[in-house]
Amino acid sequence: MTIDTQQALFGFALRLGDTSLVLGHRLSEWCGHAPELEEDIALTNIALDLVGHARLWLSLAGEAEGQGRDEDRLAYRRDVFDYRNHLLVEQPNRDFGHTIVRQFLHDAWAVELYERLATSPDAGVAGIAAKALKEVRYHVQHSAEWVIRLGDGTAVSHAKTQEALDRLWPYTGEMFEADAASSALAAAGIAPALADLRATWAARVADTVAEATLTRPADGWMHKGGLRGEHSEHLGYLLAEMQFLPRAYPDAVW
Amino acid sequence: MYTQGLDSKADQGAQPSPRLVTDNDIRFQERIDAEEKIEPRDWMPDGYRRTLVRQIAQHAHSEIVGMLPEGNWITRAPSLRRKVALLAKVQDEGGHGLYLYSAAETLGVSRDELVEQLLAGKAKYSSIFNYPTLTWADIGAIGWLVDGAAIMNQVPLCRCSYGPYARAMIRVCREESFHQRQGYELMLALANGTAEQKRMAQDALNRWWWPSLMMFGPSDDQSAHSAQNMAWKIKRFSNDELRQRFVDATVPQAEFLGLTIPDPDLRLNAETGHYEFGAIDWSEFNEILKGNGPCNRERLEARRKAWDEGAWVREAATAHAAKRAQRHLKNVG
Amino acid sequence: MNHTASDRKDWPLFEIFIRPKNGLSHKHVGSLHAADAKMALGNARDVYTRRGEGVSIWAVPAAAIAASDPADKASLFEPADDKVYRHPTFYEIPADVKNI
Repeated sequence: MTIDTQQALFGFALRLGDTSLVLGHRLSEWCGHAPELEEDIALTNIALDLVGHARLWLSLAGEAEGQGRDEDRLAYRRDVFDYRNHLLVEQPNRDFGHTIVRQFLHDAWAVELYERLATSPDAGVAGIAAKALKEVRYHVQHSAEWVIRLGDGTAVSHAKTQEALDRLWPYTGEMFEADAASSALAAAGIAPALADLRATWAARVADTVAEATLTRPADGWMHKGGLRGEHSEHLGYLLAEMQFLPRAYPDAVW
Repeated sequence: MYTQGLDSKADQGAQPSPRLVTDNDIRFQERIDAEEKIEPRDWMPDGYRRTLVRQIAQHAHSEIVGMLPEGNWITRAPSLRRKVALLAKVQDEGGHGLYLYSAAETLGVSRDELVEQLLAGKAKYSSIFNYPTLTWADIGAIGWLVDGAAIMNQVPLCRCSYGPYARAMIRVCREESFHQRQGYELMLALANGTAEQKRMAQDALNRWWWPSLMMFGPSDDQSAHSAQNMAWKIKRFSNDELRQRFVDATVPQAEFLGLTIPDPDLRLNAETGHYEFGAIDWSEFNEILKGNGPCNRERLEARRKAWDEGAWVREAATAHAAKRAQRHLKNVG
Repeated sequence: MNHTASDRKDWPLFEIFIRPKNGLSHKHVGSLHAADAKMALGNARDVYTRRGEGVSIWAVPAAAIAASDPADKASLFEPADDKVYRHPTFYEIPADVKNI
């Protein structure tokens, strides 16, 4: 299937917007419940950054689509089959170890992506990426340090973190999977081919995992489906909660 | 206020035991009277230190427990703009708790000791946070009324005689300035919205009005420590003074929203220029202080759960730091 | 699980100093807890610079600070009060002499 650049921008911005929004939502669930006060504040900062990125990407998606949908219309009025986030980020928090490993696997990808998007010839894309890049560089530093602390902490923390890594690893393949939108933008030179991010991502992950004294899981079978709207059961609950008010009061302005 | 538990006559813990007035006491009071700030390593009476630790700790606990009722709605905020505003506000409250625990720590207690007291149910926090947030309008009502009431109390605390507390409060007040506006703007959107939204706003005002008035603590004739705390300049205005100031400021704001304050006795006294209001149901307040509010158990359970489930994380970080330090020593040696 | 103080060890306390902008000194802003210095810097960034308050952070273990005793205030600081010759106004220069 070939699509034009505007359609591709819509699809790509939706993928990044949804991924940022869902991950930001998951992190925001920690607010008031983190293991220590300082970390509560740190996680919320990252959640705020991610929801901020989501707003920018969804607004760009709405413009590219040209149907008059704004950030809220896109965030609050689409059902699961229209969401385009990676399955990784909708996985539940479970415990702090899962949250941190999920975050690190995503952050390491986001840094690679935004570094390349920051030099995109499309000014809209480059602008969002340049702003987000500063933030995700801090995110990956934060999450990598925690992976190391937990992996190389106590026997308990090591076991929990390894378990999280094993459980979440099969969700990492999707981040590098091309879809019609990303392929079209890569062909137009607006975005990198996502497969090209894999080598540097893998190297960063390998370094951190080694320093954390953890074992990098083998690349076996990988989960897929988020890019075509086939999600895990978790996303439905997340959206039900997030979208409750605009759905219950469809005529209201908040 | 956030430290209203201190004012209750039933609470005898902070009551200074009668003792002789020493030269130190006299010099200390002279410094206070001269508006000199007291700093952590300065001599201070035990009662002053004890009162401050309890007051600052209660204040800090209130901020931390206060994250919970509002935190309830972060994942359900109805627009992305509202979501980031609420997230940032609840995060600020965590920060304020942290500044205040830091101020308490300058008096020789550790934050963990204070947290232990909270989790063990031995410490108090503001009664207001034991009420549930049932609808989105509650987030507006909290910002408008609860933060509005808090500001009334916190601005004078910026001039508190104890330096670290005053400095923490200056930072808190600076950051809080957006909180009340955030709440009022939210209420405004509801009040100008659909009939259902307006109903939501009125319902929230109905439920939060009286608890907000109770935040200022018992009336002056029932308040146990006011005189001493005023002399020490830990407190600058009485509970009733602040409560009146709050009512006077808030009633016109409610009128602007087109909402009705749930008090049939409320009326403007043209002579004094102040609003007169109905009797507060102190039995409800006292029950909440005893732990019988609608959410007392849930709030403490949530804090305990976070603390217990975070234990392995805190331990891991400590263990890792120790390993690093040891490796560093080996490399140097 | 119980909540006795004995079964845990606190993260140590760090004092945080922030340089508001280049050209100004670092200023004490408060304290926080962290397991190590690296975490202290990250936490300081998140806790004390959420509104763009700084361009540089120092995190100092609170235990590493040596502080003077307020009881010594008289002997430490009052002797400086009468050393007027350390201040430029002590020296009398005729008004006609410029640039001094």
